[in-house]
Amino acid sequence: MIQKKFLIPLVLFLVLVVFLGVGLRRDPKEIPSPLINTAAPDFDLPTLKGEGNFSPKAYWGRVWLFNVWATWCVSCREEHPVLVAFAKREGVPIVGLSYKEIQPSDEDKGPMSLESKLSLARARSFEWLKKHGDPYQLSVLDLDGRVGINYGVYGVPETYLIDAKGFIRYKHIGPVTPEVLAQEVMPLVLELQKEASAKSSSNATPSQSSSQHYALQ
Amino acid sequence: MLVELGHFALILSLLVALTQGVLPLAGVLNSNALWQSSARPLALLQWSLVAFAFAVLEVAFLQSDFSVLYVSEHSNSLLPWPYKMAALWGGHEGSLLLWVFLLGVWSSAVALFSKTLAQDMVARVLSVMGMISSGFLLFILTTSNPFARLLPAASEGQDLNPLLQDPGLVIHPPMLYMGYVGMSVAFAFAIAALMAGRLDTVWARWSRPWTLVAWTFLTFGIGLGSWWAYYELGWGGWWFWDPVENASLMPWLVATALIHSLMVTEKRGSFKAWTVLLAIAAFSLSLLGTFLVRSGVLTSVHAFASDPARGIFILVFLALVVGSSLTLFAWRAPTVSLGSPMALLSKETFLLANSVLLSTATLAVLLGTLYPLIIDALNMGKLSVGPPYFNVVFAPLMVPVLFMMVPGALARWREAKWSQIKPFLILPFFAATIFSLGLSLWMGHQDAGILLGFWLGAWVAFASFQQVAWRAKQGLRMGGSFLGMQIAHLGLAVVVLGVTGVKNFEIERDVRMGVGDQVTLAQYHFKLVDVKEVRGPNYKALRAQVNVTKGESETVIKNLTPEKRFYLSSTMPMTEASIDSGFMQDLYVSLGDVLSGPTPQWSMRVYYKPFVPWLWAGVLLMVLGGLLASFDKRYRAPVLAGDDQAHDQEPEVHETHHASQSHDLASTHNA
Repeated sequence: MIQKKFLIPLVLFLVLVVFLGVGLRRDPKEIPSPLINTAAPDFDLPTLKGEGNFSPKAYWGRVWLFNVWATWCVSCREEHPVLVAFAKREGVPIVGLSYKEIQPSDEDKGPMSLESKLSLARARSFEWLKKHGDPYQLSVLDLDGRVGINYGVYGVPETYLIDAKGFIRYKHIGPVTPEVLAQEVMPLVLELQKEASAKSSSNATPSQSSSQHYALQ
Repeated sequence: MLVELGHFALILSLLVALTQGVLPLAGVLNSNALWQSSARPLALLQWSLVAFAFAVLEVAFLQSDFSVLYVSEHSNSLLPWPYKMAALWGGHEGSLLLWVFLLGVWSSAVALFSKTLAQDMVARVLSVMGMISSGFLLFILTTSNPFARLLPAASEGQDLNPLLQDPGLVIHPPMLYMGYVGMSVAFAFAIAALMAGRLDTVWARWSRPWTLVAWTFLTFGIGLGSWWAYYELGWGGWWFWDPVENASLMPWLVATALIHSLMVTEKRGSFKAWTVLLAIAAFSLSLLGTFLVRSGVLTSVHAFASDPARGIFILVFLALVVGSSLTLFAWRAPTVSLGSPMALLSKETFLLANSVLLSTATLAVLLGTLYPLIIDALNMGKLSVGPPYFNVVFAPLMVPVLFMMVPGALARWREAKWSQIKPFLILPFFAATIFSLGLSLWMGHQDAGILLGFWLGAWVAFASFQQVAWRAKQGLRMGGSFLGMQIAHLGLAVVVLGVTGVKNFEIERDVRMGVGDQVTLAQYHFKLVDVKEVRGPNYKALRAQVNVTKGESETVIKNLTPEKRFYLSSTMPMTEASIDSGFMQDLYVSLGDVLSGPTPQWSMRVYYKPFVPWLWAGVLLMVLGGLLASFDKRYRAPVLAGDDQAHDQEPEVHETHHASQSHDLASTHNA
């Protein structure tokens, strides 16, 4: 009774359903970063507070978040209270990357010197953090956006999780939400912290001293 | 209290829908006439209950009852009342309620206008529609209840997404959904015919007007969506090959193939299996579209809050409905007779070729839409498929479709004579050649693609004019079917001319302008005269005034006032483009962000869009054609097996044809 050619639509449809079923488990907006599980690109940038420079090497031995922000970024305002609450509650260190704080529109009256750019960026960012709260251990100023390019920043805000060995382990594009922090970031942080403490107790690397090393800078 | 009654009515309607899905069909299997006759009252009762729930939600919106979660999320007390009503379908829950409500409209229409249809067929058709309705009602009640309360009530609503606060969006979803849901009628008829094993000309004849009406709504809905995207989103584009747009285009392509294939099945008893498959496919693609929009499996500009539980529900429902229909098809279709013989040169050949091409185009769009999902599911990475793919694949498939529309409309059934078609091709051929050469010379730019696009549009348009003129001159009467076909074909031709023109001759300029600055596109000069603040009911806006002059003349021919609106309830500013529509072109200006500097400047988009009004005119002609054809008198004549009186009005050019046609019919009915 059944002829094969009349089964073709059904078979094609069943294949389609399988793909749709698999597709349901994926998030199309999630774009994997090629930098995941590679060493976080090194840099040496001035800090916002002007206490010398910061390099990610200083945080070897710690599990920390690297958050890209700017005062001109609208979504950052939405993200900011979430980060402030997270920093207060969980105590995971967050380093800010103030990304291209000086925009071309600031230079309408003619090009600015690096000095005046730095001071304008500092003044504006201070004001902003005072108003919205400061979740950061420190922030570094990436005025020309080169560090951002090395990290593959698509847009602001973005957040990276960096492990004790200085490897990027996770990346989130766009504002983080309490759900993302609770369900994705924190479990990974705890796991990485456990991993790090197991290592440090077995061969006693100077993980504690490295954080002090920064404080001396 | 009223809100709870609405919720209760929806629960009751699910129970009624389940009964409607089972009882009449059981009556068919048991030959129980009483059970069969329950189909009509059950369908009407079910719709009344859904309509009551729908009305309750509308009242909640009009009264700004923010103790209803859905109302508080999608409305605001300051919202003008038409938008309060339209806000009902501004979100997921309400738009599903609209879906079920419109399904009820279609079911009730079938129940009321099927007096001449056999009792057992009515029972089967309404049972199938009851099952579909049950699935959607269950979906609403379990995952997307619009009547959920918010306690304590919000003092103010979050407001309707400002993008949706637009007259286009008030009617776009109902029109589009009428089209989507209307495909369920052709689907239900096809399933009923498969169950009964009666895939005959009566089935095809019954399905035709319903499919035509649904196609007309779908055409109008897609056109409205495109129009809205063009003037409201401020992007200046009218089609983006976005997954959600594709989700509406696919059922449209298949429905277009279906209305033509149904004609062959009705007149000649041929292509029955193919027609049934198209009827199943048109509705399945409507359901697939619902899945794609609601489940969040694809990224799209139409972002509905996605919820995995909803996605799974629709996928299971889709698998059940389409899977069982295609199983039934695989089981029953082989028993269907092949129909009457036909010659290579015949109307059947042209219609078959076009419906195969339209189906191929649908598959190409489907593949492009789902490709990112398939690649991701195979762990082969993330990618997106953009307009270049769709343009490259879609356009070449449409070229033969457009070319064959003309001989297809002219050719006779069964066996056409080249000598009879040819005289009707000469005039359109030369007229189209002169017209396309002239138009592209006038537009000042020629290449093969532009010429071909203009030529094909003109070819179809001139042929339509000529066929109508010839009939008028011969004093032949023209039924709704014939005129409808010619007008709809003309509409498509106008759309093709419009697409060719706008794609090739549009000029888009993103500029920064201060007061007094001027920019020139084509021969139009746009001068920014003023920017000032204005207030609306629930927004503040910046309104720019742009004066347009043409050529050397100093007189201001147009005054454009684009706005940037800041809705009180939303942080997202909205662009209101200002468009001047002429016969040949649109002048389009939208106001962007203010740029700081010594004197204030604004980023502005200034577009010269030739032929855009032709797109909308073409869509309206197609809608008009669809309406005329749907309401052809012959569909209201009683349907009897072997009835052939309707064939006198067949859209044929050659009157010498009738004798052979009735001969054909005899063979059809013997088959």
